[in-house]
Amino acid sequence: MIRIQTEDFDPGVELALLGPGRTDIGGVASFVGLVRGGGDGVGAMTLEHYPGMTERQLDSIADEARRRWAVLDLRIVHRFGRLLPGERIVFVAVAASHRQDAFAACEFLVDWLKTKAPFWKLEDRGGSSEWVAARAEDDVRAARWEQKR
Amino acid sequence: MKILYFAWLRTRIGLGEEDVDPPSEVRTVGELIEWLKGRGPGYASAFAQASMVRAAVDQDYATPDRLLKSATEVAFFPPVTGGVGR
Repeated sequence: MIRIQTEDFDPGVELALLGPGRTDIGGVASFVGLVRGGGDGVGAMTLEHYPGMTERQLDSIADEARRRWAVLDLRIVHRFGRLLPGERIVFVAVAASHRQDAFAACEFLVDWLKTKAPFWKLEDRGGSSEWVAARAEDDVRAARWEQKR
Repeated sequence: MKILYFAWLRTRIGLGEEDVDPPSEVRTVGELIEWLKGRGPGYASAFAQASMVRAAVDQDYATPDRLLKSATEVAFFPPVTGGVGR
């Protein structure tokens, strides 16, 4: 299940919705991403995305995770619009029979989402706003998965 | 052909989407960029640094040599910064 929305989500509710009625799930790994404020002076941010392409790319990332690991169910919720420090941006959870598959697939989804899902961040910085540049480090993290499997 | 612009390409060009009818010699994504650059200073500024621009044809990532053929939707945007943290 993949959802793109402006509203907040409840991680507990999302977790409980994984693999309804199944008894073969041995573990669920999840990740919740937040807007980090504080030291580097980031205030609010506005997340823009490409409706249509976002869903298409997330579907394809999810298919890739299912191809690589024994995934029984997965959920991705990604927010867009204006977000404040401390707010949740993204939820990723993977259910599998064994924890190794759940952990690996969850980390893979988060890394690939950063470099393949068409989202752009506009940060408020003391009165002006600035588009956040992509980081080479994220490409390196995502590329690690190109070699595995 | 529908063209979409996102993030700072949208703000530099001044619009998020438009319908264009490029001449038949514009066959690839790269040639489309060159043609769009001639449409005004906002376009020239948006496409000035080719390494900072990514493209998608019909919602899939595309390189400059990608043929447009029967493409209905082409999008231009900076490298993506989705997900979490920085």
